Amino acid sequence: MIAATYNAAGVLVFVTASTLMLVGALGVIVVKNPVHAAISLIVTLFGVAIAFVAQSADFLAAVQIIVYAGAIVVLFLFVIMFLGVDRRDDVRVEPLVGQRPLALAGVLITIAGLVTLMARSHWVTGATRVSTSGAPLATGQGNVRQLGTAVFTTYLFAFEATAVLLIIAVVGAVLLARRERRVDETLDDELDVEVRS
Amino acid sequence: MNVPAAWYLVVAALLFGVGAFGLLTRRSALIMFMCIELMLNAVNLTFVTFARTMSDVAGQASVFFVMVVAAAEVTVGLGIVVAVFRRRSSTSVDELAELHG
Repeated sequence: MIAATYNAAGVLVFVTASTLMLVGALGVIVVKNPVHAAISLIVTLFGVAIAFVAQSADFLAAVQIIVYAGAIVVLFLFVIMFLGVDRRDDVRVEPLVGQRPLALAGVLITIAGLVTLMARSHWVTGATRVSTSGAPLATGQGNVRQLGTAVFTTYLFAFEATAVLLIIAVVGAVLLARRERRVDETLDDELDVEVRS
Repeated sequence: MNVPAAWYLVVAALLFGVGAFGLLTRRSALIMFMCIELMLNAVNLTFVTFARTMSDVAGQASVFFVMVVAAAEVTVGLGIVVAVFRRRSSTSVDELAELHG
């Protein structure tokens, strides 16, 4: 029925992508071992990448795999191994009474609100097009060219700002994760140097 | 040619809900960061879907910037987790009660 209305391949891709996404997401919040949660997160990210390809966002799908699955999840795994917290935390314990039913109710209200909003809105809030290029979305190399043009012309200031943001983040992370040197030792060393000179 | 945009939007809403539920209920700071990633990905999926619906590449450019901010956020966040773990030997957010009056 559905497959008769829409392209069968499109439906198959959608079902595959959404299954991967939701199964991975449930895995992240259900499993006890943080390493397994990180692996589930990779499954979700692959599902999102498939959805990106299906919606002609080829470049973003590649970035999704390289940056998210390749860098961010590896960073997660690195920190998990580094801290040695691969011991399980017990998901059956509920530290705050009634926290889970409340969270579930809030989340269900949120999802219901979002879906209602989607069903009832026509999403016309002004100009439907804000980018400079008037061409429809392309796939493959054309997508890379379109996105590159948008990022390096319309969004050039934001792009430069992200460069600054990344440098700040790297410096901040190094400062935070650095092992503190003991202050008295360094003071003693400096005093020794002064005395000797 | 493609399935309706609403299908992807519903999946994105579900993904966001799952991430929000995990963020509200899990205690480990690492898992909470992963749930934040889930929510960011749900929003990215929405952006890409609307980019296709309106055939406007601006949505994809937004996803690009969201990814950069997410990478920076994870870097700093995990740095904080490492620093906290050094001091408390735990990543459970329940034990971080140093400002407790």
